[in-house]
Amino acid sequence: MSQPFRRPSGGRIDRSRPLAVTFNGKQLEGFAGDTVASMLIASGQHLAGRSFKYHRPRGILSHGSDEPSALLSVDWRADRGAGYRDPNNRASVVEARDGLVVNTQNHWPSLETDVGAVNDLLSPIFVAGFYYKTFMWPRKFWDRVYEPVIRKAAGLGEAPEVRDADRYSNRHAHCDVLIVGAGPAGLAAALAASADGEKRVILADEGFEPGGALLNDVTSEIDGKPAMAWVAETVATLDARENVVILPRTTAFGYYNHNHVCMVERVSDHRADAPEGLARERLWQVRAGEVVLAAGSHERPLVFENNDRPGIMLAESVRAFVNRWAVLPGNELVVVTSSASAYRTALDAKAAGMRVSIVDIRLDADCGTELSLARDGGITVRTGHTVIKALGGKRVTGLVVAPISANGSIGEKTTLACDCVAMSGGWTPSVHLFSQSRGKLRFDVELDAFVPGTSAQAERSAGACRGVYDLSAVIADGAKAGGGSSTPQATVSFAGFQPVRVLPTDADATKIKAFIDFQNDVTAKDIKLAVREGFESIEHVKRYTTTGMATDQGKTSNMNALGLVAGILDRPLPAVGTTTFRPPYTPVTFGALIGPARDELFDPVRRTPIDPWAEKNGAVFEPVALWRRAKYFPQAGEDMHAAVARETKAVRTTVGIFDASTLGKIEVIGPDAAEFMNRIYTNAWLKLKTGGCRYGLMLREDGFVYDDGVVARLAEDRFHVTTTTGGAPRVMRHMEDYLQTEWPDLDVFLTSITEQWAVIALQGPNARKVLEPFVSEIDLAEDAFPHMTVKTGYVCGVPCRLFRVSFTGELGFEVNVPADYGEAVWKTLYEKGQKHGITPYGTEAMHVLRAEMGFIVVGQETDGTVTADDLGLSGLVSKVKTDFVGKRSLTRPDMVAEGRRQLVGLLTKNPDEVLDEGAQVVDDPGQPIPMKMIGHVTSSYASSNCGRSIAMAMIDGGRTRIGETVFVTTPAGFTEAVISNAVFYDVKGETVDA
Amino acid sequence: MLLIDCPYCGKRPEVEFHCGGEAHIARPEMPTAVEDADWGSFLYYRTNPKGLHAERWLHGHGCGRWFNALRDTVSDAFVATYEMGKPRPDRDEATASSPSNA
Amino acid sequence: MLERNLARRAPTVSPLVSESSVTVTPLDPQGRLAFRIKPAALAGRGTIDGFDLSGAINSRTSSEEGATMRTALRLGPDEWMLITAADEVDERCEAISAALTGVAHSLVDVSHRDVSFSVEGPGADSVVNSGCPIDLSMRAFPAGSATRTILGKAEIVLQRRAADSFTVTTWRSFAPYVQGFLVEATRG
Ligand SMILES: [Zn+2]
Repeated sequence: MSQPFRRPSGGRIDRSRPLAVTFNGKQLEGFAGDTVASMLIASGQHLAGRSFKYHRPRGILSHGSDEPSALLSVDWRADRGAGYRDPNNRASVVEARDGLVVNTQNHWPSLETDVGAVNDLLSPIFVAGFYYKTFMWPRKFWDRVYEPVIRKAAGLGEAPEVRDADRYSNRHAHCDVLIVGAGPAGLAAALAASADGEKRVILADEGFEPGGALLNDVTSEIDGKPAMAWVAETVATLDARENVVILPRTTAFGYYNHNHVCMVERVSDHRADAPEGLARERLWQVRAGEVVLAAGSHERPLVFENNDRPGIMLAESVRAFVNRWAVLPGNELVVVTSSASAYRTALDAKAAGMRVSIVDIRLDADCGTELSLARDGGITVRTGHTVIKALGGKRVTGLVVAPISANGSIGEKTTLACDCVAMSGGWTPSVHLFSQSRGKLRFDVELDAFVPGTSAQAERSAGACRGVYDLSAVIADGAKAGGGSSTPQATVSFAGFQPVRVLPTDADATKIKAFIDFQNDVTAKDIKLAVREGFESIEHVKRYTTTGMATDQGKTSNMNALGLVAGILDRPLPAVGTTTFRPPYTPVTFGALIGPARDELFDPVRRTPIDPWAEKNGAVFEPVALWRRAKYFPQAGEDMHAAVARETKAVRTTVGIFDASTLGKIEVIGPDAAEFMNRIYTNAWLKLKTGGCRYGLMLREDGFVYDDGVVARLAEDRFHVTTTTGGAPRVMRHMEDYLQTEWPDLDVFLTSITEQWAVIALQGPNARKVLEPFVSEIDLAEDAFPHMTVKTGYVCGVPCRLFRVSFTGELGFEVNVPADYGEAVWKTLYEKGQKHGITPYGTEAMHVLRAEMGFIVVGQETDGTVTADDLGLSGLVSKVKTDFVGKRSLTRPDMVAEGRRQLVGLLTKNPDEVLDEGAQVVDDPGQPIPMKMIGHVTSSYASSNCGRSIAMAMIDGGRTRIGETVFVTTPAGFTEAVISNAVFYDVKGETVDA
Repeated sequence: MLLIDCPYCGKRPEVEFHCGGEAHIARPEMPTAVEDADWGSFLYYRTNPKGLHAERWLHGHGCGRWFNALRDTVSDAFVATYEMGKPRPDRDEATASSPSNA
Repeated sequence: MLERNLARRAPTVSPLVSESSVTVTPLDPQGRLAFRIKPAALAGRGTIDGFDLSGAINSRTSSEEGATMRTALRLGPDEWMLITAADEVDERCEAISAALTGVAHSLVDVSHRDVSFSVEGPGADSVVNSGCPIDLSMRAFPAGSATRTILGKAEIVLQRRAADSFTVTTWRSFAPYVQGFLVEATRG
């Protein structure tokens, strides 16, 4: 495609740098500085996509980020393979460069011939609320008929089919003043704010060139210079200031609490030469002392029949294409307007060589100087006219216009042949970010718009985004918002418009399609129907008709929709309400939000000091909280079941070695440490001797079990507390909370030592034999070192806290060594333990072994509603202590009520059947649904030591029902089980309490 | 993301903090002497006001201290932060802005 | 029986390479003592065993004592991290405990718990700010600052030694994540 509509000169493009983009398989030519939209127009192509619902042909409406229609699938790096394509890019903001592969969307088989366009003919059934009305009944049709059909037809563009291959980065930043928008107001604000070199200023603009609306302006002057010369000077000044960061291609999309503004910077999409590995986008999370919003405004389309035909554009956009990009959107232009600003488009287009006429809804008397300027310039202006409809299909070919008489009747129609229409229904300040900041909007009748009212944060709006349109005033407003002042002399802008919601017509309003929301295909007729059906609040109308609910957030459509509803209801516009704007201002890629948080950086994967050995020795891992733990160590040909059977057998018959490093550990120190333990745990601590260990149970104040673990008293004033693996952070927080807020008088200090110590558990009848050769300064003899004691000394020559404890019922030691030595000590014990058949075992075997003994796991047997007594652990709850955390709650009526769920064992009738953890328990499987559930399975394993499956369960009044038969849900139905005691294995030989 | 003025560290981002619910609910001196209903209130009943709310915050990923804050539950504005053990500052409800957020 | 000092094995295996101006380097093991005491109990002691405890919260003091540098990071009103040579931990513990006989305090060896990285070079602040949300301007976080904070999804202790020079310390199991995060961030 050549560029027949490119002007011979001018524009802010670099003609020395030609480039090409692939559009629907064809070459599209342009220059550096182009967007895909300007290249399409240069080639004469206006048809740029099919609409969402009716599959109507759509063109390019706008030149900016408010574009609702020209949405393209873009493969940014087709040369690098898959993973670089994303859908729904607005053609108007895709910066052109060599190598882009773009395609239109929402059509089959082709853009030109789209079968889905039949929806346009069927549109009488696609009225407002169609989904709600049609798919309500019959219910069973939903799964089989409606849902699949909707799924196929729904959606905008095609989601990427492979994972995103790009990099994205993240950056937290702080500044004194953040300015959003580098148009005249934003530039003036930045200039003023950065005058003080101590102030850090960030100026962000979504475009690739600063200047905002001035980029489209070839006639305005500022202080005697062309407007863009002023822009260039200002940018140069800002560039030279070290306290200013200018971020082009950066969209502020979310304005959150306490001046936290999120922005996305497009770093490399525009660079053909971007090195591989350069981030595609960068998320900026900016905390600003003050925010200046200089976000500009959006032009309103006019609403008339077929106002969506390709070639019909916003007036300012036509001006932008003609001036900034030096492309003519056609040869024969009709400007339809109720706004003075569009006259500038007409004059510039005429100067560029287009044939131009103007249709103005306003009467002569309501127009300003723009009218005579246009007429003097030789442009035919039809004032007091309306547009009845647009002609043409895939491109506009004409406009049917007619005068409106004083009584509102439509006069004689004229058809104006044209290939381009520039429409303007006035302007809407971009209050999105202001609204996101929770600022209160105010309706300004003069401006026919919502403007920023009361700010909720340290924020000011300046320029067009608060309804200031005259160039001199915009610059002065910006300077003031930046904390300075400026009194520029600029060309007076054509400003002012007459609000018009739907252009008057004599056509049957129920038969025509005049679009309000181009992206969601919502017509004036749909809005009227919604109001007629009783929807009066704009929030309800929005949801019923979907107007303003598309990815463009109704930037071009909201005011027309609101005004229309207000008009029908004959209420003042603010009474209908305004929409609440929510982030993001424009669509943001998932990649930018995720940033580096993927793969290894998705979440920290915490590994123990012994993890490298486990990995080398074929461990299968499982995640436990953020840790990865060895679950079992399969030997050749073993599945989990076989490996666990072997591992658990070894512990019961000789010795197993287990990595318990993930256990939470807290060192509790201070003269009041024992008193503190006494208050935090349910059992008694004051009399625990130095060198002694105790199993501690911790409750929340509500009386429910919170955590458990073995605690060792290392000295009079020093305890080594262990917690569950997952519970470590919250137990620490819980303890600090009480120390700081309830008992600040206690002299106790906490230090997390979870990661200081690697913990190697040796469990089994031969544990002592394995350990003995490596221990110094500790006597391992039974009498000297009984169960539930602790000693310090050396193992393999490194300092050690040695615990004589067991979570298996067998003779056991837990060897705590400084973490950096963990792997070496483990290897030594493992290698030298070979003669005893030492067997590494994982978390699965650990679970089976403890379940065989009936030992609970907090978080598995408990769920935050379980008491010590429910678990059969009331022996651990001191009756003597007058107080401890949770004590008072234990006597609340519900805590002592009959029939509470209690921990019991479950033995399946079929000993090989392993119940599902979480399975529900019922008394009678024949009862009608919904059944009465009397409990659930909490732990369930195949136990080779017991020669059968074992399970623990919480059952209503379970301890009184030992021996009774119940039924447990299975994927296939129910299975029979007998309630038993929760201790399944009878330890032989030297046991923990020998 | 909120910006919270830790009494020890100054203004720091919300992700470093953990909110601990309503403040100034003292644990009774002798819980066993408290009636069931009162204990239930102590455990579970909170004022949940629209407007100024005294609440506990922990600067866990910071100085590690618990402290109290007066936050406007409508605007999320922090009106004051103060050390544990200090009384709730006397602040006028009206000092907190309350823009509606439909 | 093995000799004392089996090979120590820190969790980060080797330096990860990046071509950026900012380097992320694992530091050798250091002696680290978590020290807690109520400020009133210090009773005016500004220095204990050569560690200067007089710094403000979130600051770092370093003093030369004999041949050994002693650094104290004040992380909270009653909490310091004392940093010394890896082989001097026992001596320091004894000396500090002796100096505080009869005074309620807590001193815990956490040398093996923590791992440090140096982040150095022009733009080091941006690299840290890729995952750390606090203000790292020289005004808000000058050289000599030290604080516990966040990097991505990990908790860290951040020290600033100079404008373009930071030390990032984290628990050992978070070290590979923190190192990976920082190196990824050096790529811009
Ligand atoms: Zn703090």
